[in-house]
Amino acid sequence: MDLELTEEQQMMRDTARDFAQKEVAPKAAELDKTGRWPSEIVARMGEMGLMGVAIPAEHGGAGMDAISYALAMEEMCAACASSGVIMSVNNSLYCDPINKYGTPAQKERWLAPYASGKKLGCFGLTEPMSGSDAQTMATFAERKGDKWVINGSKNWITNGPHADTILVFCITERPAGGTAENPGGKVKHTAFLVDRGTKGYTQAKHDEKLGIHAAHSCTVFFENVEVSDEHRLGPVGDGFKVAMSTLDGGRIGIASQALGIARAAFEKATAYAKERKSFGTVIANHQAIAFMLADMATEIDAARLLIWRAAAMKDKGVRHTTESAIAKLFASEMATRVAHKAIQIHGGYGYSQEFAVERHYRDARITEIYEGTSEIQRIVIAANTLK
Amino acid sequence: MDFELNDTQRLVQQTARDFAQKTILPVAAAIDKEERFPADVMRGLAELGLLAVNVPERLGGAEAGTVSYALAMMEVARTCASCAVTMAVTNMVGEVIARFGTPAQAEKYCRGLADGSLVAGAFALSEPEAGSDPGSMRTSARKVGDQWILDGQKQWITSGAHAGVMVVWARTGGPGTGGISCFLVEKGTKGLIIGKHEDKMGLRGSNTVGLAFDGCAVPESALLGELGGGFKIAMMALDGGRIGISSQAIGIASAALDEAVAYAKDRKQFGKPIAEFQAMQWQIADCRTELDAARLLCFRAAALKEAGKPHAKEASMSKVYSTEAAVRICNRSVQIHGGYGYTREFAAERHLRDVRVTTIYEGTSEIQRTVIARSVLR
Repeated sequence: MDLELTEEQQMMRDTARDFAQKEVAPKAAELDKTGRWPSEIVARMGEMGLMGVAIPAEHGGAGMDAISYALAMEEMCAACASSGVIMSVNNSLYCDPINKYGTPAQKERWLAPYASGKKLGCFGLTEPMSGSDAQTMATFAERKGDKWVINGSKNWITNGPHADTILVFCITERPAGGTAENPGGKVKHTAFLVDRGTKGYTQAKHDEKLGIHAAHSCTVFFENVEVSDEHRLGPVGDGFKVAMSTLDGGRIGIASQALGIARAAFEKATAYAKERKSFGTVIANHQAIAFMLADMATEIDAARLLIWRAAAMKDKGVRHTTESAIAKLFASEMATRVAHKAIQIHGGYGYSQEFAVERHYRDARITEIYEGTSEIQRIVIAANTLK
Repeated sequence: MDFELNDTQRLVQQTARDFAQKTILPVAAAIDKEERFPADVMRGLAELGLLAVNVPERLGGAEAGTVSYALAMMEVARTCASCAVTMAVTNMVGEVIARFGTPAQAEKYCRGLADGSLVAGAFALSEPEAGSDPGSMRTSARKVGDQWILDGQKQWITSGAHAGVMVVWARTGGPGTGGISCFLVEKGTKGLIIGKHEDKMGLRGSNTVGLAFDGCAVPESALLGELGGGFKIAMMALDGGRIGISSQAIGIASAALDEAVAYAKDRKQFGKPIAEFQAMQWQIADCRTELDAARLLCFRAAALKEAGKPHAKEASMSKVYSTEAAVRICNRSVQIHGGYGYTREFAAERHLRDVRVTTIYEGTSEIQRTVIARSVLR
């Protein structure tokens, strides 16, 4: 039992914190308000190794571990949750599966430029009619000679409007007589890499959301998109496995995002409580406020430990599906509670855009939904506990 | 970063688990029902070194560290919370004496606490009118010749009627926390009067009494630590004690969850096991998540204490979170068991009664929040 960070991990945290606080935090309110895509921050994240934290250096990454990645995500999201999720999609949902399942040629073409931040990736699993129940997707890839022809659409694709490549999951086999609407029986999925500019691959205008305004997401369409077999990631029929194991890592990223948002809200609430006076004393001296802060601090620490545990298991190569789900469920619901309390402590000012806590509250809310809703996490955790 | 247990920790955990499952579990319901002080269990724990897990070997302890202690507590509490609290207080008293006692005091008491010959240790801090605010205690100690004369009352003293030695706090100076000192009082000392056994909601096998000190004379050598240094000893002991009570709560809650899981897989309604309903799965998932969070907070506090680092805030976080989560978990376990959960046929109701005290003793949740808030607002 050793819960200390290594020197390398501390360095990653400090570097990320320094960058996030100096270069990102001052822009966060403006990014939220305008919904501007933070291209300059994305570029800087690339330069700093934040776009491929746990990807080996030979593939363009920073060559660090999953704990370092979690630390960097926490720091980035404490400054700007939009920038954080752009980073997490590129790291966890795009680079990580290519690093794990890609051939050497695929890594050279589709990993190194992305892990080093020169290019940007995104991940296409969810569809308009298929969210938590990912197996019911309709997007189909049909084999035609040495090519695959993809038809369908994917939505809520974070980074979609800007990404150079999408990792997209398609059905490649359905039982005879099955249709897109009703596949009937067991279908098989396969993952493909599709580059921006490929004929028939188009992106809709970006979504308007409650929070994470600067992290653009959109619906993408595949209309007779032709790719060669070199674009297939992993074995034919293994797509669902690729998606699920990717999400085990992705959930560590989103849990860290929630943690960062919560920490920012907590730090602002603490500072405000020490300044603001009521009934003749600073409100921090009222137990009603102090106890809220105590609960926030406790839950933040618990979430961080759960995240580090899942990340440490990932680093050891141990299966961590349940632990990632636990970390994600706890951290995301915690972040909403903490941001809620941060607004309460700020009173009327908390509801105004003059203070950042209302942004943290809006940003936190998504963490309970994407990369597996809280309900999906509970299914995963219950299944493991009831085994 | 390494969340794995080392060999010693695994050994202590396994030893405690084997003993608890084989020897304690079969008698746990009877201990509760008959309000039986678990003297046999305490002897068994002593033989395994579990009454002095974190006491140096040269004083008869196991010297296995705080993480091991937490693990042992969790295993014992999984079977019987009454045994666990009796074990916890004995461990705490042994640790306090080992740490703050003179070599003679340590030699005299630590071994006896470890080997079970002193039966148990007791920790006498609370008073009828001084609970969360121990600085307002009234029990006094006057120096008369080469003796200290203790007068006053103590309340909620776990193992008070059985403990071979107890640590007693009394006022030796002016008001407030600076005027408090700490004394070692042996069972049977003249003027030490054991009050009535408290009739409690849970932990019915643990002995809880009030104590009266009526001109109770102890020798000069009974002073533990420095004159006027008692409050500091109490606070440091409680930092460690809170890890113990966190572990107790976690142990009780893990039993409650295990039983809820087994029941949910077995019980059928609407044509299938209730485990197949999301209403049950959700409660079980939340229990598991909160239990894991509690364990990690507890291990963190224990690892810091073991490394000799400050851990007051972390111990308080562990205590407030673990105990409140454990209450929720035990409550859900009763709910999952339905009507059977309300009967004594199942252990779920005992766990709920037992766990309820954990948010109160060794510092209420309110005191933990005060400690945490003070630290984060600094």
